[in-house]
Amino acid sequence: MAIDRDTVTRVAFLSRLEIEDAQKDAMTHDLSNILTFVEALNDVDASGVEPMTSVVEAYAPLREDQVNDGGYPDKVLANAPDRVQDFYAVPKVVE
Amino acid sequence: MTYTIKGNTGEWEVVIGLEVHAQVISNSKLFSGSATDFGAEPNSQVSFVDSAQPGMLPVVNKECLRQAIRTGLGLNAEINRYSVFDRKNYFYADLPQGYQISQLYHPIVGEGQIEIDLEDGSTRTIGIERLHLEQDAGKSIHDLDPKRSFIDLNRCGVALMEIVSRPDLRSPEEAGAYLRKLRTIFRYLGTCDGNMEEGSMRADVNVSVRKPGDEFGTRTETKNVNSIRFVMQAIESEALRQVKLVESGGEVQQETRLWDAGKGHTRPMRSKEFAHDYRYFPCPDLLPVNLPESFVDAIKSDMPELPDDKKKRFINDYGLPAYDAGVLVAERETAAFYEQVAEAAGNAKLAANWTMGDFFGALNKADIALADSPISARQLGGLIKLIADDTISGRIAKDVFEIMWETGKDAETIVEEKGLKQITDTDEIEGIIDQIIADNPAQVEKVKVNEKLLGWFVGQTMKATGGKANPGVVNKLLKDKLGL
Amino acid sequence: MSNALDLTLADALSALEKKELSSVELTEAYIAQMDATRDLNAYITETPDIALDMAKASDARRAAGDVGLMEGVPVGIKDLFCTEGTRTTAGSHILENFVPTYESTVTTKLFSQGAVMLGKTNLDEFAMGSSNQTSYYGDCASPWKAADGKARTPGGSSGGSASAVAAKSALATTGTDTGGSIRQPAAFCGITGIKPTYGRCSRWGVVAFASSLDQPGCFGRTVEDNAIMLQAMAGYDPKDSTSIDRAVPDYRAQITGDIKGKKIGIPKEYRVDGMPQEIEKLWQQGMDWLRDAGAEIVDISLPLTDKALPTYYIIAPAEASSNLARYDGVRYGLRVEGADLDDMYAKTRGQGFGEEVKRRIMIGTYVLSAGYYDAYYNKARRVRKMILNEFLDVYNQVDAILTPTTPSAAFTLDDAPTDPVTMYLNDVFTVPASLAGLPGLSLPAGLSSEGLPLGLQVLGKPFEEGEVLNVASVLEAAAGFQRL
Ligand SMILES: [Mg+2]
Ligand SMILES: [Zn+2]
Repeated sequence: MAIDRDTVTRVAFLSRLEIEDAQKDAMTHDLSNILTFVEALNDVDASGVEPMTSVVEAYAPLREDQVNDGGYPDKVLANAPDRVQDFYAVPKVVE
Repeated sequence: MTYTIKGNTGEWEVVIGLEVHAQVISNSKLFSGSATDFGAEPNSQVSFVDSAQPGMLPVVNKECLRQAIRTGLGLNAEINRYSVFDRKNYFYADLPQGYQISQLYHPIVGEGQIEIDLEDGSTRTIGIERLHLEQDAGKSIHDLDPKRSFIDLNRCGVALMEIVSRPDLRSPEEAGAYLRKLRTIFRYLGTCDGNMEEGSMRADVNVSVRKPGDEFGTRTETKNVNSIRFVMQAIESEALRQVKLVESGGEVQQETRLWDAGKGHTRPMRSKEFAHDYRYFPCPDLLPVNLPESFVDAIKSDMPELPDDKKKRFINDYGLPAYDAGVLVAERETAAFYEQVAEAAGNAKLAANWTMGDFFGALNKADIALADSPISARQLGGLIKLIADDTISGRIAKDVFEIMWETGKDAETIVEEKGLKQITDTDEIEGIIDQIIADNPAQVEKVKVNEKLLGWFVGQTMKATGGKANPGVVNKLLKDKLGL
Repeated sequence: MSNALDLTLADALSALEKKELSSVELTEAYIAQMDATRDLNAYITETPDIALDMAKASDARRAAGDVGLMEGVPVGIKDLFCTEGTRTTAGSHILENFVPTYESTVTTKLFSQGAVMLGKTNLDEFAMGSSNQTSYYGDCASPWKAADGKARTPGGSSGGSASAVAAKSALATTGTDTGGSIRQPAAFCGITGIKPTYGRCSRWGVVAFASSLDQPGCFGRTVEDNAIMLQAMAGYDPKDSTSIDRAVPDYRAQITGDIKGKKIGIPKEYRVDGMPQEIEKLWQQGMDWLRDAGAEIVDISLPLTDKALPTYYIIAPAEASSNLARYDGVRYGLRVEGADLDDMYAKTRGQGFGEEVKRRIMIGTYVLSAGYYDAYYNKARRVRKMILNEFLDVYNQVDAILTPTTPSAAFTLDDAPTDPVTMYLNDVFTVPASLAGLPGLSLPAGLSSEGLPLGLQVLGKPFEEGEVLNVASVLEAAAGFQRL
């Protein structure tokens, strides 16, 4: 399926990706090609087949309720681009 | 009594649905082994998983499933042994993964219902659509820096139960009663502490208005309202806003709004409508949950008596009025306290009156919690027992209660020490009455004409006995002696 | 030892055991070779100092009689595995300065078994690519040169890992395979690489691309080398909910060379249009070798083979779009400041990700978005199930499957396809098994007319890595492939 520039703009916003104007046409073209490619699935009759999430034919293992992690703020903050005391800092969020 | 809003064009009905987020009581988070305590140092209860470091993976906490199922049973709901965690994708500063792991397509708890108790003594059944488990987000702190918000992920990943009601609520009062009832159930079950101030229980409020009998109107969702009072106010102001809007030719937009407690009204969130596409899909890092029947059975067999059942029992077994029973079961601790009082007192009705009256009054006045009461349930029961078996009068009991409150001593001890035992000895009282009659001939003449003066004689007798004379005996003797 | 670099992993272990050389000597030889082959750009980060420290520690352990499965063996680690204290980039600008404070499960296992880390190998950005050309850290080349003398792609995404083993700048390396990212580079670089069954190796600490497909594996010079290294990597990890709690057999012991009576399936759908004659010939050769060893060659059909790539290019981007949402400039990695939070996200991600990653995020976001979810994502999940079922059906008739690994030999870096879809076709033979989570191995079986290596792929039943290795060992012996 061909998609248009507006769709690319909308999807780029949903994905939080800044795409330069100059690249939007190329992106539109590539995404259209990929979508056309994957639409080969339209020929497959998959009715009545349960959608598959994992090849693992098992169920979620369950953890006991024990506190055995965390407690190392310096480790989780070690790579923070902007750290103030033991907080991550981001541009002001206004609600 | 139906709640309506009077507009220029007539009466409007308000339709309310609530989505309650309740923090699950568990030691560790839903998908990681970090602690869940409230109020810890920033980012001190955060693991690599909670901070969504590259390559980190979630593992389900069994206790959180158990708590959700317990709650589901408390909501008389269908339990789904098979459930699936989905990802809800959106970007936000306090959402490190860029998605919240939640349950959209296969929630752990399905449809249920609860009864709410209204002030006029009536009850209503409110439908529950579902309960699902999801991760809480972190916290953004906006007031520490003029240009930046600070992020603390301690809360991030704590398990939440989202309980979605049917749009069955029709007034702020009903919404309040619904929230109080949910909180009562949580606390009975120990699945959520229901503490709205600390944010462990929050409500998203869906409101629409319609003319009675019409289809549902377009609803708005007011997010994260954090007290029952605010929920009630938000409903009222939002319903009013919608009525005014529609009556002036406008149209309600389906949108997300915020409650502004300072201004007392809701306002639209900074437009994020464009981004409202959560792209839910099953979390590929987690396999479906499939619990054996024994897992649910074990929870069932371990369920405490729930408030509705307790209330019924209090009415039937103790002969309490519905209202009293409702008040007493509202908190599990109160109900337990009351039952101990009743047992020690040997008189359930008197125990209810005293617990709800003098005792609660004293707690309120002193602003202390039940757990910190200077008088134990056994002691309060002991006091009531003395009233019930005529050892002391109700009036004396009030004095004894005050002394108990101050000294922590048992009622019996106080009565003994202060010689407060009621005088039921007829001879002793007779002597006193004879003396009073002899000393007051003029009053004796008057009372024969005006029987109301009997009270004066009773008063004199009580005064002469220091209030200890049994009022019934006094009355009977006086009438005999005065020939009334 | 003059030719330490020519040893296989198995040889090196026995030379170390016999004290013919030390881990330090072996490691020094590899560090020198890393220097000498730096023009291939197989490593993003070289860690010679760490390697020497680890080698010394290994020699000390060996002297003390404490010998692990990989004791003293210098290996390269695909730069997708988080390594504590060593920068881990995932081939991306966005993680250029990311230094994990934790160690992936697989590398923890390898190091605890005595492996020595030479450095972090080059890869396609976030493992998205088939030529290693999407790496932010520059193209990686294969050490193989055709007559034209032009540099060839090592394949991808684990291009650096494959190139390093072929160029002898590592004795063995880790890889990850999502749609062919171990098998295709192994084929292009004339070495052996195995992707085990999904769930066999832990994904914990491996930067995620597509969670339901990603699987760690390894590269080595020989089938036996693969067996040794996989032994050290495999096993259940309670931190990865999709890893399987199942005993890991002794893989080396399963390589008996005896395949008499084994049934080997030849899927007719892999005979694709325009397949070069030399690939066809190689495949036929492989069948003959197996038949000569006593196996029975069985024609089988996997009708949905041509639907595997479209299925993959819906599922993998969908999962990736969500998995890569965490790279937002808040907790680690690149941050590009913006006017507000959303702007910061968009700039950080817009500048931090390369074109192919952005394309896949966009496709993934699109196929999951409202209105398209069922048509694309759910449809793909259904077809995936059908593909799995086809394989499982076929495995009722055969023990393993033989196919070519790639539809052609390695292309030159200069004329690599610029059209994404053409590039995707590279994985036509590897993707189906990835969707089905099956174990697969590629080994070098011959040379193209230009003198470039060509690979054969052996696919096995779930958790039958031992069978795969055994069948491959027969082919290996028959092919007598001359390594560089
Ligand atoms: Mg909600
Ligand atoms: Zn929620």
